[in-house]
Amino acid sequence: MSLLNIRWFKYSSPPAFYPLAGRMIPYFAVAATLLIAAGLYLGFFEAPTDFQQGEAYRIIFIHVPAAWMSMFLYLLMAGYAALALGLNARLSAMMAASLAPTGALFTLIALLTGSFWGKPMWGAWWVWDARLTSELILLFLYIGYLSLQSAIEDRRRADRASAVFALVGVVNVPIIYFSVKWWNTLHQGASISLTKAPAMAHTMLLAMLVMALGFWMYSIAVVLMRVRCVIAEREREAGWMRDRVESD
Amino acid sequence: MLLASDLACERGGRTLFSGLNFSLKRGSLLHVQGANGSGKTSLLRLLCRLSTPVAGKISWDGEDVRELREEYSAQITYIGHQPAIKDELNVLENLQTAQMLAGQPVERDQALHALGLLGIKKYAHLPARVLSQGQKRRVALARLWLSSTPLWVLDEPFNALDAEATNLLQQRIENHLDDGGMAVLTTHQTPSIAVHRVNLLVLA
Amino acid sequence: MMWLGLLRRELLLVLRHGSDVTAVLFFFVIAVSLFPLGLGAEPNLLRQVAPGVVWVSALLSAMLSLGRLFAADHADGTLEQIVLSPLPLVLSVAAKILGHWLVSGLPLVLLAPLLGLQFDLPVHELGILTLSLLLGTPVLSLIGAIGAALTLGVRGGGVLVAILVLPLYIPVLIFGAGAVTSSAAGLGAQGGLSLVGAMLVLAAVFAPLATAAALRIAME
Repeated sequence: MSLLNIRWFKYSSPPAFYPLAGRMIPYFAVAATLLIAAGLYLGFFEAPTDFQQGEAYRIIFIHVPAAWMSMFLYLLMAGYAALALGLNARLSAMMAASLAPTGALFTLIALLTGSFWGKPMWGAWWVWDARLTSELILLFLYIGYLSLQSAIEDRRRADRASAVFALVGVVNVPIIYFSVKWWNTLHQGASISLTKAPAMAHTMLLAMLVMALGFWMYSIAVVLMRVRCVIAEREREAGWMRDRVESD
Repeated sequence: MLLASDLACERGGRTLFSGLNFSLKRGSLLHVQGANGSGKTSLLRLLCRLSTPVAGKISWDGEDVRELREEYSAQITYIGHQPAIKDELNVLENLQTAQMLAGQPVERDQALHALGLLGIKKYAHLPARVLSQGQKRRVALARLWLSSTPLWVLDEPFNALDAEATNLLQQRIENHLDDGGMAVLTTHQTPSIAVHRVNLLVLA
Repeated sequence: MMWLGLLRRELLLVLRHGSDVTAVLFFFVIAVSLFPLGLGAEPNLLRQVAPGVVWVSALLSAMLSLGRLFAADHADGTLEQIVLSPLPLVLSVAAKILGHWLVSGLPLVLLAPLLGLQFDLPVHELGILTLSLLLGTPVLSLIGAIGAALTLGVRGGGVLVAILVLPLYIPVLIFGAGAVTSSAAGLGAQGGLSLVGAMLVLAAVFAPLATAAALRIAME
């Protein structure tokens, strides 16, 4: 059975997606556990000790993949937002809303681990380097999205308003990154890039990629769980949901 | 002609109505009735394109209003619950601004004449904030004597009007229908307009 | 012409009820004065922080004035009439934003050199500061309009607008204040000023669209 034969569109409605998501979650959860464990092992045990930074640098194996995920999830969120506005698709709006908390979480992890790395390096809990500052502003964008979602009571309006905000945000993200870099060179702040090592050993890169993949699996599992909750809550009145609840 | 097909409306997660169909020809009136909260105002707002229906479509003279956009807006005079009056401007300025925004600017004299017909000409230069609710409604309704749009969408237009003003308004609506215009309105009263011109739509 | 008529209406409304506009200006002056009080009045320090201080205060003032943009019209029903107007909503929005800037943004630009003097900024830098604000305050009105439209009628509106809009203001802040700083450092202001100008063009094209979309969503 080729992929084209499966009628994908039928899963774009909440009643069809709900059970599908439920079946998929365990696989992603298992994959996430395995990959994160593997990534941590590679990062903390296999990767060579950096002669400049000692053992403390190992936190980048969490920091860098988390930062990647925070960006990736924002882009994904904006993509679903575009679908929600363009196609007026309920499920896309729910997906965007479900992605936001996980994206914000990874941003927070990236910021905290970045801070923990910075302390032994430069003696300060926070440095205003371009990457960390941009990550901080990304967190603000996530907070804005989540605040808007929770402040508006009408669900449909909340979805569409936050979708507009997500799209405005995604357009601004490259502008923000550029402006922060510009700001950094202007004020000659900390120019050490947290993610550049003079030459990254193979195992280091591998560890980061494995962790990133693990985080991605985790995100999928968690987002699917969350979107099922959102579906259940919103469609609670609908016939198909009531039938399900009764039959459970 | 205004045509609604299979219209469905949701508000706050509840479906107010679905599968709604009606057609309205020139020279006729659609009287929308229903209990409070049955979706009368929502329907009127849908007809004005202020909100979008969850399902179904609205067409004006055969074309989908979503395609027509501003062209369709130019056909409508909408008077909602609120009189849409700025307290800081005087009555005359309010009326002229409202007409300007509707794309049908009027001269001072025309505006004053309309205000006179409604018995509020003496307030023309007073700031709108000193007017009572009924008087503000008259200012809002004065537009109906100035606008030349074919479709009127009126939400509870007879609210806060005394008997004299009610008669005036009914007559004006009749004249509008005579001239080939059409109107959609909600009201708890029964407008005394020739029965054969009135289509009744009751929302459950 | 309807567009001009709408702009005229905006200005007329402010003329009749100008107190909320002057209040924002007073806030601007007070906010700027807070910084020397908080940081200490050492002249070299003040000269260095002046661009940032004036810019941040302008940002906050712009944000406080956003409540005026759509809320009043929404409350009395005139916003519906604007949406219903045969004038395309994008153009109506542009007229309202221009009116808003003329009344809430331009005065900040005119006040800025005076405030910059309080920080002993040299004349050349005062000029750059004023120019950067002249180009930048419209961007604040434009981006702010999106936030104001998204939060129309929502409880907690004022703070919510701040949360949404301040992160989006950051690039303009960086380029605007940075233009003055780099000028003071002898690097020339063209870079910063042209970047602010670029943001103005981008915002002028896209913000009215986003704002119109947000207004329609809010009016559903």
